[in-house]
Amino acid sequence: MTMPLSKKIVFYSLLIISALAVFAPALMAFVMSFMDNKDIMTGSLPKSLSFDNYLKAFEQFPLLKYLFNSLIVSVVITIGQLILSSLAAYAFVFLEFKGRDILFFLFIATMMVPFEASIIPNFHIIRDLNWIDQYPGLTVPFFATAFGTFLLRQNFKQIPKELREASQIVGMGDFKFYLKVVLPVAKTSLVTLGAYGFLTSWNMYLWPLLSTTNDTVRTVQIGLKQLQTQEQLNDWGVIMSGAIIVIIPTLILLFLGQKQLQKGLTEGAIK
Amino acid sequence: MGYIELMDISKSYNKQRNVLNGIDLQIEKGEFFVLVGPSGSGKSTLLRMIAGLEEISGGTLKISEKIVNHLPPKDRNLSMVFQNYALYPHLTVEQNILFGLNAQKVDREIQQKRLEETAQMMGLNELLKRKPRELSGGQRQRVALARAVVSEAPLCLMDEPLSNLDAKLRANMRIEIRRLQKRLGLTMVYVTHDQVEAMTMGDRIMVLNDGIIQQVGEPIDLYNKPSNLFVATFIGSPKMNLGKAILEDSNLIIENVLTIPFEHLEMPKNLKSRNLVIGIRAEHMPYGDENQQVQNVEIVNVEHLGNETLISFEVGTELWTAKWLGQWLIQVGDKVPVHISVENMCFFDEDTGNLIQEATFTHKQEVVRR
Ligand SMILES: Nc1ncnc2c1ncn2[C@@H]1O[C@H](COP(=O)(O)OP(=O)(O)O)[C@@H](O)[C@H]1O
Ligand SMILES: [Mg+2]
Repeated sequence: MTMPLSKKIVFYSLLIISALAVFAPALMAFVMSFMDNKDIMTGSLPKSLSFDNYLKAFEQFPLLKYLFNSLIVSVVITIGQLILSSLAAYAFVFLEFKGRDILFFLFIATMMVPFEASIIPNFHIIRDLNWIDQYPGLTVPFFATAFGTFLLRQNFKQIPKELREASQIVGMGDFKFYLKVVLPVAKTSLVTLGAYGFLTSWNMYLWPLLSTTNDTVRTVQIGLKQLQTQEQLNDWGVIMSGAIIVIIPTLILLFLGQKQLQKGLTEGAIK
Repeated sequence: MGYIELMDISKSYNKQRNVLNGIDLQIEKGEFFVLVGPSGSGKSTLLRMIAGLEEISGGTLKISEKIVNHLPPKDRNLSMVFQNYALYPHLTVEQNILFGLNAQKVDREIQQKRLEETAQMMGLNELLKRKPRELSGGQRQRVALARAVVSEAPLCLMDEPLSNLDAKLRANMRIEIRRLQKRLGLTMVYVTHDQVEAMTMGDRIMVLNDGIIQQVGEPIDLYNKPSNLFVATFIGSPKMNLGKAILEDSNLIIENVLTIPFEHLEMPKNLKSRNLVIGIRAEHMPYGDENQQVQNVEIVNVEHLGNETLISFEVGTELWTAKWLGQWLIQVGDKVPVHISVENMCFFDEDTGNLIQEATFTHKQEVVRR
């Protein structure tokens, strides 16, 4: 595309300004996490930078424990989602049964019900199962996702029916075909869904808050909140350092996922 | 007793309209049988029913004298080659070829032995470690064939396997598939929409249109004795020239413009007083010399094929094409004499489209038998 230089300059300065505006809170948090409390409160520029806040965050709160819990919960949810949605998507694409399409649309319609609406029934079930303060209580309600099934179904539909038929002729059953052909072929979208699922569960707040009562299984998002309210005078430096620690896994995953995603996409392009 | 027997087979997808109707057919062991017809005529459906991939709505299907209507594909002992080859994109050529043997838990050593033989036969030795996307169209085709060969199934089904290849490669693969089939003694059911493929490859051909069998027979028979107008125009290139005709006195009047005398030929009784359609092949309308009965026609198009020349002219509303051997330097607009003789014509009933009488010339000439 050709564009006069003056126009280019205007565009790029606008882009840079808006990027800064969007990124400013994160940047501020990053800087504040290295400042001492006095500087933060007075709003002056930092006189000295130190890692004190990070050390304090780890000393005063079971941050490692929170991080570990978050990791467990996110990984379990991700795996559960991948397994359930890929199996459901397989059924919707490769198995023929009466009312399949209607069932699928009903399934998709549940995407329109926000999670908040089902939170109370979900809570009742968890409580009745005695899953409060337990990993299953934190994870199982998120295993079935209409979005994941939808995403994978669209992807599985790209797999030529002839592949299934060729495998039928040599006598390969559905489950083996799913394992040996469908999953490897749809690798890219599985990674996408996995990254998406991991990030959403990592950032989950409301449900972990409801379904936990103590620190044993609490996730890091709740932990963050606790950093804030434990003392009368908020130690903003510590809070910010906690926040920075929490977003690190997210960032790592985004960078890795992006690379993998690009690779997958170009792979698909060369047929 | 055929190897594959279809008895009154029919198929409907929606219980309202039949895609296939009353298919009765026998395919012999070791035969190269071609199903040909325009797209949408139900060829794939029929093939897939033989494979067991599609449910049979009505009728009986037998393979090796056993009723197999409800037998799953894997128990029918066959292999299949698909139009898009159906290669597994994430597996190497070697893994693709061995996919079926693996699924059937064939012994490792036997697998390796068969792989070597097949790769040798199909010239795939150098490509075994590549992925399908690193292969050319022709190479993929070869892998798909290798997969069928390695299974050692006696029956092989192919659904338009050559239609994704360019013309030159296609001509090569035609010969290759044909040789392979003879060498391995396979029974082949081969689906194509291309009549050239059908004519050149088939021991026998079945022409299908709209789910109904039009004709079954050897290629030459279909060419010489098309049993109806559909087969007449479908088989052969350029297609058979057709014209409405009636008998008047001892002349045949075609499209109200051409008058062809019956000359010394006896006029068959069954042609009298009915509406006819006559068909004549392009190669049976040579340049007319003086001592022949000729029609003068105006040329509307000339195509030079190198060793042959195609000349088109109008007969009433129809456009006819004659094929002359050699190179004829003539122009559009020229008037040329064409010899058109009744003895080269096939006669069809205009209403039903069925053949009434085949051309008489075939009994006298051209067919060389040894
Ligand atoms: N799965 C299907 N569901 C409904 N109709 C189908 C299906 N497959 C094929 N048909 C219809 O059956 C007819 C024959 O199709 P097909 O056997 O694929 O023809 P061909 O292979 O000769 O081109 C077509 O009219 C097509 O629309
Ligand atoms: Mg077809």
